[in-house]
Amino acid sequence: MSFINYASREINCKIVYYGPGLCGKTTNLQYVYQKTDPDAKGKMISLATETERTLFFDFLPLALGEIRGFKTRFHLYTVPGQVFYDASRKLILKGVDGVVFVADSQEERLDANIESLENLKINLEEQGYDLEKIPFVVQYNKCDLPNITPIEELRKLLNPGNVPDYEACATTGEGVFETLKAVAKLILIDLKKGGA
Amino acid sequence: MLGPQSNFVMYDEEFKRINTVIEKLLREANSKVIFLVDKNGQLITAVGETEHLDTTSLASLTAGNIAATGGLAKLIGEKEFSILFHEGEKDNLHISIVASRVILVVIFDSRSSLGLVRLRVKKASDELTVIFQDLAKKAEEMEKGGNAQSPFAEITDDDIDNLFS
Ligand SMILES: Nc1nc2c(ncn2[C@@H]2O[C@H](COP(=O)(O)OP(=O)(O)OP(=O)(O)O)[C@@H](O)[C@H]2O)c(=O)[nH]1
Ligand SMILES: [Mg+2]
Repeated sequence: MSFINYASREINCKIVYYGPGLCGKTTNLQYVYQKTDPDAKGKMISLATETERTLFFDFLPLALGEIRGFKTRFHLYTVPGQVFYDASRKLILKGVDGVVFVADSQEERLDANIESLENLKINLEEQGYDLEKIPFVVQYNKCDLPNITPIEELRKLLNPGNVPDYEACATTGEGVFETLKAVAKLILIDLKKGGA
Repeated sequence: MLGPQSNFVMYDEEFKRINTVIEKLLREANSKVIFLVDKNGQLITAVGETEHLDTTSLASLTAGNIAATGGLAKLIGEKEFSILFHEGEKDNLHISIVASRVILVVIFDSRSSLGLVRLRVKKASDELTVIFQDLAKKAEEMEKGGNAQSPFAEITDDDIDNLFS
């Protein structure tokens, strides 16, 4: 649900990074934050535990420029990936315009990925969204590590709908902007279709 | 009121009406800053001493706060807590929900009082509710009429790519 303000000529869109615990959601936002011009970003807010696990959410506002005379802002959020924070994840998903599913490509996290994706579907459905209809992209993160599941296998299990997907290493930034760009693009295309 | 997929649209006319109401509230409640936030964390408008405030962050955290307390309310069988109050050493926050969908935040210090703020907020909320109802009606009509003249209908791939250049 984008917020279109004709009075101040702004569009605000909400992007949520979802995925299992420690898959690298927060790291994605941190990289985007580091690499964005100071005048194009706001403060990054992280509500985290003392061990830097996301407790409620991370938030990063980006102002990317103008489209058709409208200032285009994207609000990036991450959810807490740990299973027992489900109530918080549901809250963060409210009003979402696009979702990035960050998978942890390591073999031992395969089940955690599948479980998290299932959880995403359920939580979206609860709010009347259909994962197959909203802007959605998949990122296979941690592709720098040795013990990863082959990409074809990941694709089969985590991206049956064949949405745009990217291999990434959020710590070095590989694939991070490609992922963000892809979901932003889908959101704007949606906006174009839906009108306002 | 609006389905989860429909966009939240703000028009000039209602924006002006909203600002008139909250500017009046700012004065009558002797407050420092007032802002309105969509429940999803998007800032709608802010008035008062906002120069040194990070209103974007405030908006997002306020919405997170309301979402979390809303979750708590449901767990104990309440619909929602419609008013929250945070007391600081100097400044206080009065947070309330208007028209079930927007959040009104009033920041005030010792020049005002909780009683006064509460009283004035109540009146302003009623006025804001009417405006947001008008806004919802308008958005619905626009959608039905299909004459929304969306400025985004003409977006090209180039427009989108340019954003990231
Ligand atoms: N090797 C490697 N490590 C990564 C990569 N991305 C993230 N990490 C590391 O993985 C750990 C967890 O990353 P976070 O970004 O905090 O994970 P998260 O998904 O936000 O986790 P929660 O907040 O618990 O849901 C950190 O130590 C990161 O440095 C990557 O691409 N490669
Ligand atoms: Mg995190």
